[in-house]
Amino acid sequence: MADSAAERRSPAAAYAARFEAASAGGGLRLAEIPFLTQVDLRVDPKSPAAERIGTAIGVPLPVEPGTVASGGDLEVLWLGPDEWLVLGPDGAAPDLVARIAEAAGGEHVSVVDVSAQRTTLAVAGERARDVLAHGCALDLHPRVFGPGRCAQTMLARANVILVAGEDDVRVLVRSSFAGYLAEWLLDASVEYVAGG
Amino acid sequence: MSGQPYRREGATGKTLRFRFDGRDYEGLEGDTLASALLANGVRAVASSIKLGRPRGVYAAGCEEPNALVQIEEPFPEPMLTATTVELYDGLVATGLPGQGRLADRPDPARYDAVHAHCDVLVVGAGPAGIAAAGVAARAGARVILADERPAPGGSLLGTTETLDGRPGHEWAAAEVAALEALPEVRVLRRTSVIGHYDDNYVIAVERRTNHLGAAAPAHVARERVWRIRAKRVVLATGGHERFVAFAGNDLPGVMLAGAARTYVNHYRVLPGRRAVVFTTNDSAYAAALDLADAGVEIAAIADVRQAPGETWAARCAERGIELLTGHVVTAALGEGEVSSVRVAPRGDGQAREIPADLLLVSGGWTPVVHLFSQAGGTLRYDEGLGAFVPGEIRQAVEAAGFARGVTTLRGCLEDGAQAGRRALAAAGFAVPSETSVPAAEEEPAAAPAEHLWLVEAPGDDDYGAHFVDLQRDVTVADVLRAVGAGLSSVEHVKRYTTAGTAHDQGKTSGLLTSAVVAHALGVDVGELGTTTFRAPYTPVSFAALAGRDRGHLHDPIRVTAMHEWHVAHGARFENVGQWKRPWYYPRPGEDMEAAVLRECRAAREDVAAMDASTLGKIDVVGPDAAVFLDRLYTNMMSTLKVGSIRYGVMCRADGMVFDDGTVIRLADDRFLVTTTTGNAAAVLDWMEEWLQTEWPDLRVSCTSVTEQWATVALVGPRSREVLARLAPGLAVDNDSFPFMTWREAEVAGIPARICRISFSGELAYEINVSSWYGLALWEAVMASGEVTPYGTETMHVLRAEKGYPIVGQDTDGTVTPQDLGMEWIVSKKKADFIGKRSFARADTSRPDRKQLVGLLPEDPGVLLPEGAHLVETSSLPEPPVPTLGFVTSSYRSAALGRTFALALVSRGRERIGERLYAPVGAELVPVTVTSHVLYDPEGARRDG
Repeated sequence: MADSAAERRSPAAAYAARFEAASAGGGLRLAEIPFLTQVDLRVDPKSPAAERIGTAIGVPLPVEPGTVASGGDLEVLWLGPDEWLVLGPDGAAPDLVARIAEAAGGEHVSVVDVSAQRTTLAVAGERARDVLAHGCALDLHPRVFGPGRCAQTMLARANVILVAGEDDVRVLVRSSFAGYLAEWLLDASVEYVAGG
Repeated sequence: MSGQPYRREGATGKTLRFRFDGRDYEGLEGDTLASALLANGVRAVASSIKLGRPRGVYAAGCEEPNALVQIEEPFPEPMLTATTVELYDGLVATGLPGQGRLADRPDPARYDAVHAHCDVLVVGAGPAGIAAAGVAARAGARVILADERPAPGGSLLGTTETLDGRPGHEWAAAEVAALEALPEVRVLRRTSVIGHYDDNYVIAVERRTNHLGAAAPAHVARERVWRIRAKRVVLATGGHERFVAFAGNDLPGVMLAGAARTYVNHYRVLPGRRAVVFTTNDSAYAAALDLADAGVEIAAIADVRQAPGETWAARCAERGIELLTGHVVTAALGEGEVSSVRVAPRGDGQAREIPADLLLVSGGWTPVVHLFSQAGGTLRYDEGLGAFVPGEIRQAVEAAGFARGVTTLRGCLEDGAQAGRRALAAAGFAVPSETSVPAAEEEPAAAPAEHLWLVEAPGDDDYGAHFVDLQRDVTVADVLRAVGAGLSSVEHVKRYTTAGTAHDQGKTSGLLTSAVVAHALGVDVGELGTTTFRAPYTPVSFAALAGRDRGHLHDPIRVTAMHEWHVAHGARFENVGQWKRPWYYPRPGEDMEAAVLRECRAAREDVAAMDASTLGKIDVVGPDAAVFLDRLYTNMMSTLKVGSIRYGVMCRADGMVFDDGTVIRLADDRFLVTTTTGNAAAVLDWMEEWLQTEWPDLRVSCTSVTEQWATVALVGPRSREVLARLAPGLAVDNDSFPFMTWREAEVAGIPARICRISFSGELAYEINVSSWYGLALWEAVMASGEVTPYGTETMHVLRAEKGYPIVGQDTDGTVTPQDLGMEWIVSKKKADFIGKRSFARADTSRPDRKQLVGLLPEDPGVLLPEGAHLVETSSLPEPPVPTLGFVTSSYRSAALGRTFALALVSRGRERIGERLYAPVGAELVPVTVTSHVLYDPEGARRDG
């Protein structure tokens, strides 16, 4: 779809300038990372198909709840006992869907391109976890929620998927909630950017 | 300090100006409003709620029962205790008669909330709390230390005790600063822990800029709610002193002894010039001596005990203080404030009246067990202490220090350190082999307290000024009246008298009330028990609880990919769940009625488009997907061909309509299901529930794709022509692209799935693209200027003209598909589906069920209100009036040239052609019942 002549617009595009302004201090950086590939995968983790899919995409499907496995430019998020979200770069969805479908080999596997279902908001910098703590009930301390971990939870009043990094957390939010969450993040950030 | 006549000599600090009850005063930095008022000799600070009696400062903390004030400037805030309001320059306040006033304007301050997690939460930064936090923090645990006051120290702030040879409060400040420097330690000052719930979920409120007044920075949240999860909680919450019930114990000038000690030592204020001390225990001696050393004349100490501690007696003798053992205060006397105190020996003996402007009272100390009790802990009565102390608790919580009845400073430090060690072990940290606590001075050997609650009056009628709850104006007479009425539970007495229900929740008076009830009943207070401790421990502002969840952040606003266009083109919006949907697009000079009629005409006669992106969309995938949908919908889905679309209705197990939408077959094992906007999440949950609990054998997976797709509904006789132009590669003629099929093609250069379905009866297409392209598609559709955008109101009118029900508007969970005139959608062939069994129930085939019909008001200009009832007669009979049903939808129709309505009417279909009446205000509006399909009943328009 990336080769279309028409112009794409990401759900938080209208917030780019305000995100940039809020990031000026450096302690906190807010940005939308638009158009990333997201593919929802449902498969029985004990099935041969699950193993074949892991091999086909080069990342074994993680089985520990709330963990992320990665390889190449893909990350696989554990979302549930039989559900994963595969993250990749912009434009990777058609090929990824095809590879997974092929690896399924006729077994029951659901693979759905949900790239436009959610957008990615990156909250980075030393205050990133402080900002998120205003709206997330989970313990985001790096000892608990460090790199390699993800979670499905609420941020403020929006359902989100959080993906932990070293000094950043990516927030995957439903497109229709992106504006609300952007407003919320900017509001929650005020003390960390405006001379706070 | 001549401006502050009661300020101690040598007190230094920045002078602050404030105004109270219309008069200007000066105070010192570090003052509370209460200490500043005392420094200025202001005795009567407020008046009582029922009796209007003058009331003065009674305590020095959040337990204050009397000194309720209203902040007027910089921003109005009601019902604060003067003892907890930190003084700032420009403060304007007034005393309150028990009730305050909310601000008449929006609060400009920011408020927020934050979640926090820790290994050990320590509540209270007194000696025990600091000791506990120190042990846990130095072992590397994540520690939160919360204290309600601006500075740590707790009881040390009010005394002259030393630790390691320096003033106790200096030790506290230094120790807490050292802890705060550790990376995993968070110290929360000015933070009241107000609620303690299951799983050590603890709520605290931090007052962050209140003390700065008008100088508070606007970007900093004024108050912050902390939602804390702690592996282990140490409650080092200390104690509250209580008073004794005697005549006039509410007069300004009567004060808790420990509070007076705090005013003298911490705030450098003399609460009076000449004091009488009335005590049941040793603690008031320390207060009396500190006051004496500060220059207050101690006229006498009346100790209810015959034998107070020898050390204390000796120290009084050294200072020439008269010690009256076995005495009680029978009355505080004075006009508006204390001018003398009547003292009498217990039993027989001559009363004496001693001139004094201050009466210090100590009825003993009560451990602060509120949080322990809220957390589910039991309480037991401690005879020695004369108070309830923590008992058993099922949570990982323990009390430490005075909160569990440890009375000495040395004991509290040691107890806190031990609690810290236990907390460390429980949180899985290595416990250090030894922990040290600072050295405290030797304290005089304690003499047992005698728990006197009530100074008996000569007669039962003389208890009208023996207050037990100062804020609620409850006296011993009220309690006796309650007991006399037959109440024998403290909970009942509380509700009968209101004792303990004020802002202070009976911190100083709760146990006293219980004791007086016990006295009246002739039972033991330990046996009688206390009232329940409930959150919040101290009052919380609604602003703090609301946090940032107000204004545009109050609830999520969900928008589609095309939202910016709708806003830019002047759409009025309708809330549909959390979605903002364009309602209608008024042109200059148009009202809603004109705009909707115009939009309807465009859709029926020309071409119009709506943003339909909010419809729920679910991918249903798997070899058993068709079987699954057959069970879910009332009609058959498995026979649907790939490339085709079918409308479907879902019922609950009770046979009532739950949702409707279309099912698109994308492949043999892949369907896309649409739901109503409001039910998208509920339908997905419904699917998952059946798959996970009833049919785990079905190989089906459901994935929400609601926001993956943006959808434009292109409607009207000219829609084919517009689509053909936008999608030159698509064969749009009726044979190539028939009704209820879908095609893939590029529309405006965007890969799209086009569905030929109609919710208006007109020729129509729903064009679905990746939501990234939603705006581009919409703009392409609108680019030629010939397509009229329309909103949800027009959609409603168009579908109602065709008799298409809206689930949730024309149904309410009591309506079957048959009631809607949709027998055809309930399969007779399928073995089973959800709701099938219920259609065999007598009730679902009852002939008098309400059925969906159309209504035409006889006056074609009259618009019936939705919800209007329908009756059979042209005049109303005596109530109860039998109602036949009600209007569910009502509109003006451009196509019909008149108003019309849909209604659920008992035996509705039999009544077609009948005249019914809708009572509207005083009028009965005559209407004619018609078929619910009012427009194009033969369906001639759908192919264009």
